[in-house]
Amino acid sequence: MSDLMERTAAPKLSRRTLLKAGTLAGGGLALTASIPMVARAAAGATPETATLNAFITIAPDNTITIVGKNPEIGQGIKTMLPMLIADELDADWAMVKIEQGDADAAKYGLQMAGGSFATPMNWFPMRQVGAGGRQMMLEAASRRWGIDSAKLQTKMGTVVDPASGRSLTYGELASEAAGVAVPDLAKVPLKDPKDFHIIGRAIGGIDSPRIVKGEPIFGVDTQLPGMVYAAFERAPVFGAKLVSAKLDAVKAVPGVVDAFMVEGNGNAEQLIDGVAIIAKNWWIANQARKQLEIEWDNGEWASHSSAGYDKQARELMAGGKPEEVFSSDGDVDAAFASAAKVLDAEYSYPFLAHVPMEPQNCTSLCHEDGSVEMWAPTQMPQGGQMGVAQMLGLSPDKVTVHITRMGGGFGRRLTNDFMHQSAAIAKQMQGTPVQLIWSREDDVRSDFYRPAGWHRFRAALDDDGKLTGFDDHFITFDLGSGAYNPAAMAPDIFPARFVPNLRYAQSKLKTHVPMGALRAPASNALSFVTQAFLDEVAEAQGSDLPTLMLELLSSRGKFPDTPGFTGNQPGFDPDRAKAVIEKAVEISGWNTPSADGKAKGFGYYFSHMGYFAEVVEASISERGQVQVHNVWAAGDVGSHIINPFGAMNQAQGAIIDGIGQALALAVEIEGGATVQSNFHDYPVPRMPVTPEIKVEWVLTDHPPTGLGEPALPPVIPALTNALAALTGKRVRSLPIDGKALLT
Amino acid sequence: MAYRLSVNGVEREVDVPGEMPLLWVLRNELGMVGTKFGCGVGLCGACTVHIDGQAQRSCSYPVSAVGDSKVATIEALAETETGRALQQVWLDEDVMQCGYCQAGQLMNATALLERNPQPSARQIDAAMQGNICRCACYTRIREAIAQVVEKKDTANV
Repeated sequence: MSDLMERTAAPKLSRRTLLKAGTLAGGGLALTASIPMVARAAAGATPETATLNAFITIAPDNTITIVGKNPEIGQGIKTMLPMLIADELDADWAMVKIEQGDADAAKYGLQMAGGSFATPMNWFPMRQVGAGGRQMMLEAASRRWGIDSAKLQTKMGTVVDPASGRSLTYGELASEAAGVAVPDLAKVPLKDPKDFHIIGRAIGGIDSPRIVKGEPIFGVDTQLPGMVYAAFERAPVFGAKLVSAKLDAVKAVPGVVDAFMVEGNGNAEQLIDGVAIIAKNWWIANQARKQLEIEWDNGEWASHSSAGYDKQARELMAGGKPEEVFSSDGDVDAAFASAAKVLDAEYSYPFLAHVPMEPQNCTSLCHEDGSVEMWAPTQMPQGGQMGVAQMLGLSPDKVTVHITRMGGGFGRRLTNDFMHQSAAIAKQMQGTPVQLIWSREDDVRSDFYRPAGWHRFRAALDDDGKLTGFDDHFITFDLGSGAYNPAAMAPDIFPARFVPNLRYAQSKLKTHVPMGALRAPASNALSFVTQAFLDEVAEAQGSDLPTLMLELLSSRGKFPDTPGFTGNQPGFDPDRAKAVIEKAVEISGWNTPSADGKAKGFGYYFSHMGYFAEVVEASISERGQVQVHNVWAAGDVGSHIINPFGAMNQAQGAIIDGIGQALALAVEIEGGATVQSNFHDYPVPRMPVTPEIKVEWVLTDHPPTGLGEPALPPVIPALTNALAALTGKRVRSLPIDGKALLT
Repeated sequence: MAYRLSVNGVEREVDVPGEMPLLWVLRNELGMVGTKFGCGVGLCGACTVHIDGQAQRSCSYPVSAVGDSKVATIEALAETETGRALQQVWLDEDVMQCGYCQAGQLMNATALLERNPQPSARQIDAAMQGNICRCACYTRIREAIAQVVEKKDTANV
């Protein structure tokens, strides 16, 4: 996944963009744009290409249909990408319909929800496609009227001749437009941003009118004739193997259609061992699990636990001999030897689950010819398609994946284990559609968790209190060579490159716990530990964190506009960081003390190309209950907020998500298995947790970037720093233990 | 066991075990999938329906307990004035992100306003805290309910 992200992170437009026009069956225009994106490659490497395609039809009845190719998990992409096309097309938004495309790499190019990448990838090309369509409408009207197209204008889905006042709708022109020469997209003029009439407008989610009526739209709402339901029993202990299962009692349960063993393929991200129970009603299948008698071989893993990992990590941190140094500047040892003051602190954070509201599910039908058709709520539909094809020994064109809307994702549905499970079950039920549904307990206990982690930080301050040395010994997990590591700490994570003498080193623990990307991967943890420890540094200096951050950020200029810097994110610009920090200080009244019993804390982070600075105001009750009252956030995600509705929703939601993680969330491993099981012991935030949130956008002259993630990371250290200011005690481990702050 | 149910004003007959939760009768027996499965144990509110006008968690409500009571689901929400007002403000304020929990949120909010047309901010929080929104659209859910309250208030003056 990371490779894919890096490959597509910073596309440059190629001049080989192709626009093709055709006539619709019932008359009208069909436009297909094929846009090869040449990704920036690391020095010396061959540039790799990816293709971004777009499909638009304009029917005689004026309906403009745009294919939404990316999966919708609630991030608003299904609404936002078509806005880019429609604005440049000069369409009337009320006439735009959006259809969800199936998984098809050849047709659509990359389809994925993750990494806040869709906005930066699509900002220019989708607008060009719209502008190309507009050009064709002008050309068609020019032919009809015999007037130079330069003298014509477009407005709200019509071409207007200002001289005569006559006009034609796009629908009326669509069939003729299909016959005009397609323009060269690289040369089509784009709008002056001041003329945008859809970009920048608060537009409601395209599916929302159906959702408020309860219409079937999510994966788990899929209904097919003759469909049956499946529950899947897996080993509680990760990595365990199925030895035997007694299925007679289960098969005897009224309503149960079948029960059978499923043999894993050795890849936990695809298919693990288990038992499938098939019934006419999912509740019956799930209840029948109680009748199962299964013998598991837990192997070596049943001895693993969170407490064990913590003990090992603390020993490694105390031992001070990291396995590997992965980032080094200046002479750290000399800086500490000559320091006037040394700070030394251990930080840690737990495993976290994703728990999207819609439990994992997937509906599959294995046709009589062996091909498989799937209805999948997945963030990586093409990955699922390829994986299932490989697992079943089919060519990918024999696996059709219909992308459904998803009840949340947060990174959980980047891993397609539920798709493989569903396909493997359907293969044994050939000819019958099967809907696999996980219980919430299955979801919590069979996740790919945000990795836990530990950091021993040391800071050296000289006689003037200046930060001269910074050292981190990071304890993380060994996920196998070549595997995507969602905890990976880039060598240039702040404050690297901003402190003269710095060393990042790491040691790795062996584990069997499955891990994956959670919203703002790596950043959701590194923001906490780095910004909380820098808050300690600022306190030791007699300063405060915004002041320290502004000083550090002023010590050097912009990074080269290449990947490999600041977590493989191109072009980190300290001036943009400083601007959001200054804005957050201003709107929060940072320099005005809070009322008695409350205190403010600050946090800043750069992730997924977005710059965010946030201030939290919190209090703590006599019983140790923490309440967040206010959050002020300043964010820079470029020149435009494309859809202010969606943008604000993402920012507010990310802030509450982060507060919820810090206050209460942890997944613990005991006996090689997950302890937590449902929302009683994995208490995600509820309405009373919600503070007043004020978000201010700092608009800068850069192409817009995504908002699924970057507002989350800074709120966590802002909260823990507020509690330090309030109680004088540092939060160095998550989730926050309010009672411990009062003792 | 055969049960006769009144769902959205329509008599339905199902043959299921009495302990089967109403949620799975609605979703898998009657094909009414607007009511959502979220946790299965009454913790998240995604499955909220109205039983004789009261908000109930259908995932933990055995079909045998329904009896002659009238069941109403999200599919029939627009039949009530309060329901329609909430649906509209949900769209006007673009409340949702993923939208999965919103059927439950709307059903619970409707039951709240039917019971107490003028809830305070604190009462809204208290009534809605049983409904989890994992996308955390709480700021907007709050504001949307408050807007309907305000409109009702104005209408009453």
